[in-house]
Amino acid sequence: MTPSIVLDGVSRRYGGVTALESAKFQAEAGETVALVGHNGAGKTTLMKLVLGLIRPSDGTVRVLGEDPAGRHGARVRSRIGFLPESVAFHAAMTGTELLAFYARLKGAPRAANAELLQRVGLAGAAGRRVGTYSKGMRQRLALAQALIGEPGILLLDEPTSGLDPESRHQVYETIDALRSRGALILVSTHALAEIERQVDRVVMLHRGRVVADGDVPSLRRQVPMPLRVRLRVRHCTTQRVLDRIEGAEVLDRGEEHLLLAVMPERRADLIHAIDGLREVIEEVEIESPGLETLYRHLTRGDAA
Amino acid sequence: MNALMAIAGQEVRAGLRNRWVAATTLILAALALSLVLLGSAPTGTVGASPVAVVVVSLASLTIFLLPLLALLLSFDAIVGEAERGTLLLLLAYPVARWQVVLGKFLGHAAILGLATVVGYGAAGALLAFTGAADAEAWTAFAVLIGTSVLLGMAFVALGSLASIVVRERPTAAGLAVGLWLVFVLLYDAALLGLLVLDQGATVSGGVLDALLLLNPADVYRLINLTGDGAAALLAGMSAPGEAGAIPVAALYAALAAWIVLPLGAGVLVFNRRHP
Repeated sequence: MTPSIVLDGVSRRYGGVTALESAKFQAEAGETVALVGHNGAGKTTLMKLVLGLIRPSDGTVRVLGEDPAGRHGARVRSRIGFLPESVAFHAAMTGTELLAFYARLKGAPRAANAELLQRVGLAGAAGRRVGTYSKGMRQRLALAQALIGEPGILLLDEPTSGLDPESRHQVYETIDALRSRGALILVSTHALAEIERQVDRVVMLHRGRVVADGDVPSLRRQVPMPLRVRLRVRHCTTQRVLDRIEGAEVLDRGEEHLLLAVMPERRADLIHAIDGLREVIEEVEIESPGLETLYRHLTRGDAA
Repeated sequence: MNALMAIAGQEVRAGLRNRWVAATTLILAALALSLVLLGSAPTGTVGASPVAVVVVSLASLTIFLLPLLALLLSFDAIVGEAERGTLLLLLAYPVARWQVVLGKFLGHAAILGLATVVGYGAAGALLAFTGAADAEAWTAFAVLIGTSVLLGMAFVALGSLASIVVRERPTAAGLAVGLWLVFVLLYDAALLGLLVLDQGATVSGGVLDALLLLNPADVYRLINLTGDGAAALLAGMSAPGEAGAIPVAALYAALAAWIVLPLGAGVLVFNRRHP
């Protein structure tokens, strides 16, 4: 089976600025891929290329086997749902009217719109003007329009930016529901910690380059990242604790607290040692490094 | 095709929602009706039909007002969507760029056309009610309405082009006002100045004809105020130079070109745009 999205050596330059540099990227139907990077890392550029809104300066883009910026671009776009980063709607229209308009553009039956509004929790506000919606409601309406016509490919550009926790949760639930239907979902974000569990694969972009691409466990293995261990101990027992925990790097030390970095393969030893020190250790906190840490590691020294 | 009509329909709906349709219809109707009610005074004993009087005065005022309304309506078409952030989403749908340009044009043309037909039509109805006129005068009135719609379309097309070539809304607004100034006020003044300076040495009637065709407002004026109807007689405007020699079909073709060419140029520019 051919991958739904293929980017082969794609570069995109705007004047002197390089937004994307020889990017190689593939995604298949049924996959959920997170695009991670700082602002300006090239996430939105990549999505615009997939939509055929811009042409690559170099390399080729194929979506469902076609060039999205070519003659059959419209056919490709009819299979894609897109949630732009900063979404805006005509404020004088109601939610129902807007969805009807977008469904007509897509040639999708309008009968499904009511169910879509229901799914994003806007059924009650469907007859109100979008100008009266809160930011979260507008974002959910944007999500609803992206879902019109059951698209095979979904591009979600920062779907949770500026949303409250409840709305974020709703977005992730929707993503989960779509995953189970076998859609290809490409979601860009910088809230990596939140999305980690929702995706099959993570592609990290930095300054227009793909710096990492793989599933979460393999990315974790890629870079040795220590666990961070925070301990609160009884007065003046820190040396005793340190003597027992082997291979720990001391990051911070006080009379009653310790901050240690321990390599993940020593996790069992660490827990064993802590167990043996029950009488002096009052509090333990072990923090596994998230992908956030990996991203910082990969882009370190290159932040300027 | 469906997408084209969807975009046009959305423009009309927005126009109804934000009262554009109501406002323009009222303005045009008020203008036309006031001319009908007040404008029959100067007829005196000339013996011209009141319909012809209204045609002449309405045509003269239309040249100033309608292009302004058309430009106000259309300058926002593309640049407004871009600035609001809705253009990116619109283009991510399976629509071609030309469908976006043409759909918005059709929507705006429909709004303005409706306002013109209803507004001027109301005046026509009042005229018919107050007194009969000969068939010739009514033909002139029908031509006036038809060409006014075309004039509006030409300036909607120009406004759309302005909306595509610039990046910011205020710039587009400025450009629209500039277009109005040039075509409605400055062009004729410049042409007159040219004729005075030239004293007929190089600018022949043919050249003048061509120059007049280069301004949609002048083409409109030629169709409505010259020619050989009662209106022309009353307008006191014999065709300038040998302009009378321009066949009516050529005038209509020129007006159509003023609709098609700006739109075509707009599509070409828009196709190369990176949202």
